[in-house]
Amino acid sequence: MPSDTLDAPAVSAAPPAGPAPTGPRIVPRRRFGQWTAAAVLLALLALALTSVVRNRAFQWDVVADYFLTSAVLRGLGLTLWLTVVVMVLGFALGTLLAVLRLSGNPVLRGIGWGYVWLFRSMPILVQLLFWFNIGALYPVVLSVKTVNLLSPVAVAVIGLTLHEAAYAAEVVRGGILSVDKGQLEAAQALGLGAGRRLRRIVLPQAMRSIVPPAGNMLIGTLKGTSIVSVIAVQDLLYSVQLVYHRTYQVIPLLLVATLWYVLVTSVLSVGQHYVERHYARGTAGAR
Amino acid sequence: MSAMVEIRSVHKSFGSAQVLRGIDLEVAAGEVTVVLGPSGSGKSTLLRTINHLEKVDSGWISVDGALVGYRRSGDRLYELREREILKQRTGIGFVFQNFNLFPHLTVLENLVEAPIAVQRRPRKEAEAAARRLLTRVGLTEKADAYPKQLSGGQQQRVAIARALALEPTLLLFDEPTSALDPELVGEVLDVIKDLAHQGTTMIVVTHEIGFAREVADTVVFMDGGRIVEQGPPAQVLDHPRHERTRAFLSKVL
Repeated sequence: MPSDTLDAPAVSAAPPAGPAPTGPRIVPRRRFGQWTAAAVLLALLALALTSVVRNRAFQWDVVADYFLTSAVLRGLGLTLWLTVVVMVLGFALGTLLAVLRLSGNPVLRGIGWGYVWLFRSMPILVQLLFWFNIGALYPVVLSVKTVNLLSPVAVAVIGLTLHEAAYAAEVVRGGILSVDKGQLEAAQALGLGAGRRLRRIVLPQAMRSIVPPAGNMLIGTLKGTSIVSVIAVQDLLYSVQLVYHRTYQVIPLLLVATLWYVLVTSVLSVGQHYVERHYARGTAGAR
Repeated sequence: MSAMVEIRSVHKSFGSAQVLRGIDLEVAAGEVTVVLGPSGSGKSTLLRTINHLEKVDSGWISVDGALVGYRRSGDRLYELREREILKQRTGIGFVFQNFNLFPHLTVLENLVEAPIAVQRRPRKEAEAAARRLLTRVGLTEKADAYPKQLSGGQQQRVAIARALALEPTLLLFDEPTSALDPELVGEVLDVIKDLAHQGTTMIVVTHEIGFAREVADTVVFMDGGRIVEQGPPAQVLDHPRHERTRAFLSKVL
């Protein structure tokens, strides 16, 4: 696209003709460059869509056949359950870590920092494999064989939660730091205890800066849970994999999983909008 | 009258900066003390040490006969536990320069938060008391508004009502009108004057000389972390003995 059209000079307005009590008519600049770009992109999009619909290899009839089968829905259920559990546990642990990192005690601060450093440095896949093979490190804990102690689902929850918490800690810490120091002083001056100050005064205000990145993390976690398919946990992805290993209909079944991920993500995005609006109450322009 | 507040040789440093260099001050019950002084003279820090928002490095402060933030045993002062300090603070109302109202809570919720959480008062009773306080500061109809929907002057009046909700024996004001548009200063000062006339013990850090002249029983002039002079307003404001006080007053008057 020629760059000179991007900054086309303003088209001068015609001189006023006839009775124009409010002065010369104002004509906005015409952005030919943008219009051209929009047209080109629309054309490309149409091309891509027709190919998706026309190309028989997508096998949309197979997609439709499997979309609501019980195996897929069970996988979806596990994916959703895992997402919720990991999110809740991850943020609970993350909030604790954030408080540690903001502590006045250098040891507590250091431990919080160390946790975040370690679990952010380790790829989640590697971590899952470690937990999956924990029996090699600690064969027996409290006279119970660790192999029997941890099911694949438990391994998934532990691994994903520890990973999530490291990121959640940073998100929560950022949120707490965004709250004006005077708020804490006012709460102290009123004699509110430490727990009450955090729960009632600081966190609700921190939520305004926590929710957008947390929403991002929630969506990331939803899709990220698909990694547990490597340790044979029957989430959404692994469920469709089980089917296509049998039927060799790889593409349509991956489409089934993809469509479900997109659908749930869309719902979550709408939900995030309402949560953000809730925590914006009391700020200028919101009620 | 007995001393409501007693401050003895209080020192405080931030790093290498000495902010308070030996402060001695007594405030009698029912009296209004106005603290004047240039920026950086330590007056706000002094006020903040009185409810232990800042810890002193040496010296001590007592309010209503009790040491603030410490327990004396022999010749040592042991810092109290958080819970005990918080309890002491409920007897000392503090009004901030920037109001520091809780923006996510309505005016009424701001007022009842501490009475319910700290004093365990039933919500109904706390709310009724809060509404009476709002009437007192002339904001009866703003109970359900959020702070950001109010003018600066209204917010500061809410902040004063919030400080009063715990029924403190002492009120501390840290430059309560410095963040306000000039035309809103009067309404806040009127509320403070009203409290003064009802015999509330107060220490007010301010730049409002006129207010000091009208309301103060004692005016304290601070500079460089020390109290330069103190006395009745007629003496300190009209016949200051120290060159430093004269220089300051000639600039602000």
